[in-house]
Amino acid sequence: MLKLTGINKDFKGFKLSDISFTVEKGDYFILLGPSGAGKSLLLEIIAGLAIPDSGSLELYGRDITQLPIQKRKVGLVFQDHAIFPHMKVKSNLAYALHGQPGESIHQKIMAMSANLGIGELLERYPSTLSGGELQRVALARTLIQEPEILLLDEPLSSMDTRLRSGTRSLLRKIHRAGQTIIHVTHDYEEALSLGNRIAVMDHGNILQTGTPDEVFHSPRNGFVAHFIGIRNFFPAKIRLHDGIPWAETVGNLKFRLQQGQDNESGFVMIRGEDIVLSASALDSSASNVLAGRVQETTTTPLGCDVCIECGETIHALITAESVSNMSLDEGSEIWMSIKATAVKFIDE
Amino acid sequence: MKKQGLQWVFSILGGLILLFVLGPVLGLMFSSSPHKLFETAQDPEVKNSIMLTLGTSMAGTFLFALAAVPFSWILARYQFPLKKLVTAIIDLPVVIPHSAAGIAVLGFISRDTLLGRAGSLAGFNFVGHPAGIMIAMAFVSLPYLINAARDGFLSVPERLEKAALTLGASPIRVFFTVSLPLAWKNILSGLILMFARGMSEFGAVVIIAYHPMITPVLIYERFTSFGLKYAQPVSVIFILVVLVFFMILRLLLSNSKKS
Repeated sequence: MLKLTGINKDFKGFKLSDISFTVEKGDYFILLGPSGAGKSLLLEIIAGLAIPDSGSLELYGRDITQLPIQKRKVGLVFQDHAIFPHMKVKSNLAYALHGQPGESIHQKIMAMSANLGIGELLERYPSTLSGGELQRVALARTLIQEPEILLLDEPLSSMDTRLRSGTRSLLRKIHRAGQTIIHVTHDYEEALSLGNRIAVMDHGNILQTGTPDEVFHSPRNGFVAHFIGIRNFFPAKIRLHDGIPWAETVGNLKFRLQQGQDNESGFVMIRGEDIVLSASALDSSASNVLAGRVQETTTTPLGCDVCIECGETIHALITAESVSNMSLDEGSEIWMSIKATAVKFIDE
Repeated sequence: MKKQGLQWVFSILGGLILLFVLGPVLGLMFSSSPHKLFETAQDPEVKNSIMLTLGTSMAGTFLFALAAVPFSWILARYQFPLKKLVTAIIDLPVVIPHSAAGIAVLGFISRDTLLGRAGSLAGFNFVGHPAGIMIAMAFVSLPYLINAARDGFLSVPERLEKAALTLGASPIRVFFTVSLPLAWKNILSGLILMFARGMSEFGAVVIIAYHPMITPVLIYERFTSFGLKYAQPVSVIFILVVLVFFMILRLLLSNSKKS
């Protein structure tokens, strides 16, 4: 268990104010926030690369606030992997095992490289590896020292989509094996898909901490809502009807999806601006047409947020002109059209 | 068309500069007959002076590198008060006239100073001793090593050092396994630069030690005592020796640019 209490730090234009949270053993903890929020600085403080101005860090009951980096048993995987370019992959993996008997080093390298699928790469130099391979080497090099906590700094940000899903499953696998993970990202999809706890950060403050469901369903303030970009977020399960995937929410709404596997569970997300409102049922190409009643309308900097009750609460974002053209009084009936492509399913 | 005319003028100016550098050197190279050069190369005085020059410069380079390289790492990694002043002090020997530098060093190592007395206890006097020559050479050539090594360490991403620390390595192990190997090309070129610069020093050395004679002093002595014809063959041979190291350096630099 890692416990941060009242961490403050002012460093090169980044400021952390009174950061407190606890990461339990076995958590997949996501630090979510825009760039410049201080996420990476916080990781560096946990790793020991930076010392907080005030506050304390406790790892399994041991105060590690002032402990030198190399004694912390905290593993950090850098965004750019930081693989030593002058050493073969094998030597990179062996780096953290310095001082152990040769036979034990060999066995650990073999086991770890088999586990992460880099057995073929051991004799290669880093300059000959692809981005995905470097990432796996970086993970292996850090995991081999069996850290109490694995820290990941934007591990998926510089990858193409295909590589990203492969790495996601790899991270899930590492987590399932019991590894406690803290993962820094600016991507809420990543947060949803991987984390079991999320902390949203901005300007050096933690704005909200909770399960993905809590954070995405009831954002505590405007920033969180805006940052996660979404108000319409429902736990759902995919059902195939005549081969067409539909996502069914707890509130019994059905959304037509573009693609999906039967019985997959996860979350449905719809951006407010992807919802088209009309006073009567439109004969449109949209595959999802739902009826509901207006609960309230709120003017936001981005437009007008219309809150509609239809079994679940859906938020639509429309322009101010549209508001005046439509009767949006509380309780009035309204129709929503949503294209299947605008309904996003995120697997758990 | 106008631009082409300008290019012509500039190219001719460039050609004149090249000729200005190459002319005297080539002239010197062909000033002595191969027979005369061969004879001079066999001259024990010449041979000893070249060995002394190479030996003192190399010893000075390695000895001072032991302190200068770690110091360069500090300069590359840390900000501290008066850092600008410190870097200015390091470059000072480059701008001081070398004879003046020799006078300054002499005042530092003569018999009545702390260093001089330490030398006496060890049984030798720095003045007129290879150890004194070594110090004079190092004084004027040290900036080249420190600046090259600092650039080398600056080119090593700090994240790699940080990564090594998070992998449980002690700071000293990080220095020897990450920082030093990754900066070694710059450091090596700095070592060669310092070595070559020390080897060619005349002004500072001649004030510390006329004897034993390093080659630049020998060339001067042959010139003043016997005249141009006697100084030329020694100069040619010494230039050839220096050129070998110059070529190694250029080769090294072009290789490191490729990688």
